[in-house]
Amino acid sequence: MTDEQAPVITVEGLSKTYVVRTRAEGRRNPLRRDKRLVEAVSDVSFTIERGEMVGYIGPNGAGKSTTIKMITGILTPSAGQATVLGLTPTAERRELARRIGVVFGNRSQLWYDLPLNDSFDLLHHLYRTDRERHRRNVAQFVDRLDLGPLLDTPVRQLSLGQRMRGEVTAALLHDPELVVLDEPTIGLDVVSKYAVREFLREVNRERGTTVLLTTHDLDDIEQLCPRMMIIDHGRVLLDGPVAEFKAEHGTERTVVVDLTESRDPLTIDNVTVMQVEGPRQWLRFDRRTTTAAEVIAAVTAVAPVRDLAIEEPDIEDLIRHLYQERSKP
Amino acid sequence: MTAQTTPIADEFRLYRRIVAARIRSDWQYRTSFLTLFVSQSFIGVFELVALQFLIDLVPQFGGWDRAQVVFLYAMATLPFSIGDVFVSEVELLADRYIRNGHFDTVLMRPSSALLQILALEFELRRAGKLVVPAIALWWSATNLDVAWTVGRVTALVIALAGGVGIYAGFWVIAGAISFWAIASRQATNALTYGSQFANQYPLHIFPGWIRAIMGWVLPLAFVAYVPSISVAEAANPLGLPTWMPFTPPLVAVAVALVARFMWRRGIKHYQSTGS
Repeated sequence: MTDEQAPVITVEGLSKTYVVRTRAEGRRNPLRRDKRLVEAVSDVSFTIERGEMVGYIGPNGAGKSTTIKMITGILTPSAGQATVLGLTPTAERRELARRIGVVFGNRSQLWYDLPLNDSFDLLHHLYRTDRERHRRNVAQFVDRLDLGPLLDTPVRQLSLGQRMRGEVTAALLHDPELVVLDEPTIGLDVVSKYAVREFLREVNRERGTTVLLTTHDLDDIEQLCPRMMIIDHGRVLLDGPVAEFKAEHGTERTVVVDLTESRDPLTIDNVTVMQVEGPRQWLRFDRRTTTAAEVIAAVTAVAPVRDLAIEEPDIEDLIRHLYQERSKP
Repeated sequence: MTAQTTPIADEFRLYRRIVAARIRSDWQYRTSFLTLFVSQSFIGVFELVALQFLIDLVPQFGGWDRAQVVFLYAMATLPFSIGDVFVSEVELLADRYIRNGHFDTVLMRPSSALLQILALEFELRRAGKLVVPAIALWWSATNLDVAWTVGRVTALVIALAGGVGIYAGFWVIAGAISFWAIASRQATNALTYGSQFANQYPLHIFPGWIRAIMGWVLPLAFVAYVPSISVAEAANPLGLPTWMPFTPPLVAVAVALVARFMWRRGIKHYQSTGS
């Protein structure tokens, strides 16, 4: 049934338009509402191969969750097509549900008033998984995520981090071929974040599970996903390896110099002064036009320097930069 | 929607397991469980006492004697209360599932969304409501001037099943409407609970337009009034035809089909608009 070579997700020209009704401004009739079309996702195309780990990122309202909902069969696309594990998500939703796992960071699929173990047991029946395999998976996941002492605790008494470890386990118990996580690390403490990331990495490596996750936390991407897709205003701005993105867009460096005294912003060729704070100045340059050594030499030629540091842009800056670039008319 | 290979027996087992989990959850809050259970039973006590006074004031309640009026009351409230336990919470769909996005989680499971919600929202605490109607049915059955032949008992059971089916369909329709109108619960409540109130009185005492609604729009007459005439042999001043005893289950099937259609359209609508 499953073609090992076929992509796990193929999305072509996927679009979703919502009708939003707003109270009409300046009209006499207060009951009258204006219809407005909002394009949440617009002509998105990508392919995800078996065993990939892909980070899907973008600001709030960029269209991440809408894309996820169309992939999992919760929402019907307005245009375009999604094929997941060879199935059409909305039309074959229940068949697909058996083969994918989903974690929505802000909503639980565990039974709130019952021990964690009861939820796992109910999911075993919901997914009709083989009893032996279920037992083995529970044992293994409980061990990896250190859930043993929590199994008999009602879910309502778990901390957010503990609960999220339970949610991730719940989504993976039926050995899904694809797991989709919407903000799995939102609000988690450092320890739980680390545990969830480690666990996903292991599941991906050992079971070949394909992972697609949305996040606000770029550490998730840097530590987990070789590939990332950036979406904003419903459009994919970028799709590629994280390393390549950094090499391509991370050409700017900043030299932070501490001068011996406060001065006006320095004027040096190919350098922009970003900020001045007393004797400290932030000098930005592009490493395609000059080098750090040249910049430092030029600075020391005009002013005595007490200390200096070179800052690499982090991924967050790069993405912010990318957004700004794309939103220019 | 698509061809389901899931055998019905499996779905039923799953239903039982989720219901058991729901009861275990409710039992965590024992005091509120028992309080609600007992207080629900008082609703019936008050209704029945009020009805007794009414019968005393109007001895010939539209030509029906006390046992027949109490039988009508029992036939109207028992299926309603059974539906209250098994189905009625589906009307909370908007508040408990759609608004907070929890419906997405339900859709992400390889089982019928309606079955999951009915099981998740099973309300054993409302079983308290069954006590008084059950006693009323027993009392009226023993006081009616009819012979309880096998045929009559069968007709009674079929009528009860039909009543449960009709009310269950109403609630599913009410739940389905909230896919479109998120705050529709107050309105649909007026129809489900309001019509149930009217259903406790013989249809022929009402003016024509109410009779028309209860016969054709919300076919509630088939829940209690029709069985009262056929099973309890109450007077039939409206001259309903003699093949009536067979109609309640047919009406129930019709209501269930409408409910199924609405529910599926509701899910389609949800899939096109989201929460």
